[in-house]
Amino acid sequence: MTAIVADVGRCVGAGQCVLTDPDAFDQSEEDGTVIVLQDSPSDDEALKRAQVAVDICPSRALSLTQ
Amino acid sequence: MTAPALQTTRQCPYAPPEEHTRIRDTDSGISRVTLPSGQVAWALSRLEHIRAMLTDPRFSSDRRDPNFPRFTREQPSFDIMRRSIIQMDPPEHGPARKAVVGEFTVRRMAGLRPRIQEIVDEHIDAMLAGPRPADLVQALSLPVPSLVICEQLGVPYHDHDFFQVRSSALLSRATTAEGRRQAVTELCDYLKDLIAKKAAEPTDDLLGRQLAQGNDPEDVLSLAFLLLIAGHETTANMISLGVVTLLERPEELAALRADPARTLPAIEELLRVYTIAEFANSRVAVEDVEIGGVTIRAGDPVLAMSNAANHDPAAFDDADEIKLDRGARNHVAFGFGIHQCLGQNLARMELQIVFDTLLRRIPGLRLATPADKLSYKDDVLIYGIHEVPVTWEDPA
Ligand code: HEM
Ligand code: SF4
Repeated sequence: MTAIVADVGRCVGAGQCVLTDPDAFDQSEEDGTVIVLQDSPSDDEALKRAQVAVDICPSRALSLTQ
Repeated sequence: MTAPALQTTRQCPYAPPEEHTRIRDTDSGISRVTLPSGQVAWALSRLEHIRAMLTDPRFSSDRRDPNFPRFTREQPSFDIMRRSIIQMDPPEHGPARKAVVGEFTVRRMAGLRPRIQEIVDEHIDAMLAGPRPADLVQALSLPVPSLVICEQLGVPYHDHDFFQVRSSALLSRATTAEGRRQAVTELCDYLKDLIAKKAAEPTDDLLGRQLAQGNDPEDVLSLAFLLLIAGHETTANMISLGVVTLLERPEELAALRADPARTLPAIEELLRVYTIAEFANSRVAVEDVEIGGVTIRAGDPVLAMSNAANHDPAAFDDADEIKLDRGARNHVAFGFGIHQCLGQNLARMELQIVFDTLLRRIPGLRLATPADKLSYKDDVLIYGIHEVPVTWEDPA
């Protein structure tokens, strides 16, 4: 199953992922870094959104693994 | 080595200068250009190349490096303040950005919405009560982002005018080098004073919280200065350009008015087509790097032609068309990599509130001067419009 992986160390808190899918991503109150709310996309639409998030994340902090 | 001088005039407001498009469409998409400073820089013009540069640690953001691309002859003097995050490289940049990014999360921004709505409504009230035509730039575009950032930082209300005057002077083409220096010094002195007061008597605002976290007042000063400058003129110009674009497209404007869910994608498209901070993504190489088959040497200035990249046909279908429902967010109008705009979610929300509120409250809004007769900012670093005369019919 596809999983969304975030490298919090790379994240710069731009929030692009949260804008793409607020159900799947949030940002920490403290330092703005990403919190993955859904470890794996629930359907095809969610998978598409996850792929967009991976592509536009400016710090390359997100990836999808099988 | 000689290289042709950089051209910055746009033949069309929402297309890159022709020279940039021509470079982008050559085999390599990379060329040498001479900057107004006399420096010879590599120009990158494709989305793929600019994204690659902005995620590569072998390029530096240190704007004090003598080889950093410049647009003035003289080296700007930054020495009255410490480096701010936009000038920092890793490992310094990450912790400094993380100390403030919590103030700009999507959720934090949503919390500011009611207050921003109030500010926008007050300014629209004042415009409606005044003479017609009104200049949208003075009535709305400039004061809204300025008030919002001042309140967020914790600058007292009665000092807003002081800020407006100086930050406009700093960014105006009419200001001399001496005038610019004076504006920087005055803003810096004012902020120093304000920060000292907040250190003595803690306040619950962005600057107060930075101090309470134990950040050095000197670093808080640089941050305050950056936040005041980075988000003011940029957001203001996007408000002006966006309103003009919408007013020129009555059908799409009607679609937006009918369905506010269309506003955010429209903002994304406006950011892409105008790419107002088109050279903000420039860097200097600190090691030899190969990009697109070209070897960039350590010490070479690299100019990012981000507007050409945001119109790159390899990245966007019908790239030269404005399609307000395009929904593409892979543009570099807010940059890319670790320096991607810290205030982007604030900017998006301000634009959204301004556009939605204008459409709803003044359905009869129209340009009092045709769009092609407006004076566009071709000779400054942030693209925009100097003045936008608007008028309106009384609501029925
Ligand atoms: C439509 C409006 C805006 C545009 C087009 C814009 C554009 C940009 C761009 C292109 C960068 C990247 C610069 C680089 O890579 O060297 C940037 C960085 C930055 N922007 Fe914005 N910006 C806007 C609004 C704002 C606002 C409202 C704020 C703050 C209140 C802001 C604060 C910053 C800061 C602090 C950085 C530096 C971040 C870092 O170095 O980590 N900007 N902006
Ligand atoms: S888009 Fe990337 S950098 Fe931005 S908050 Fe999400 S993971 Fe972090």
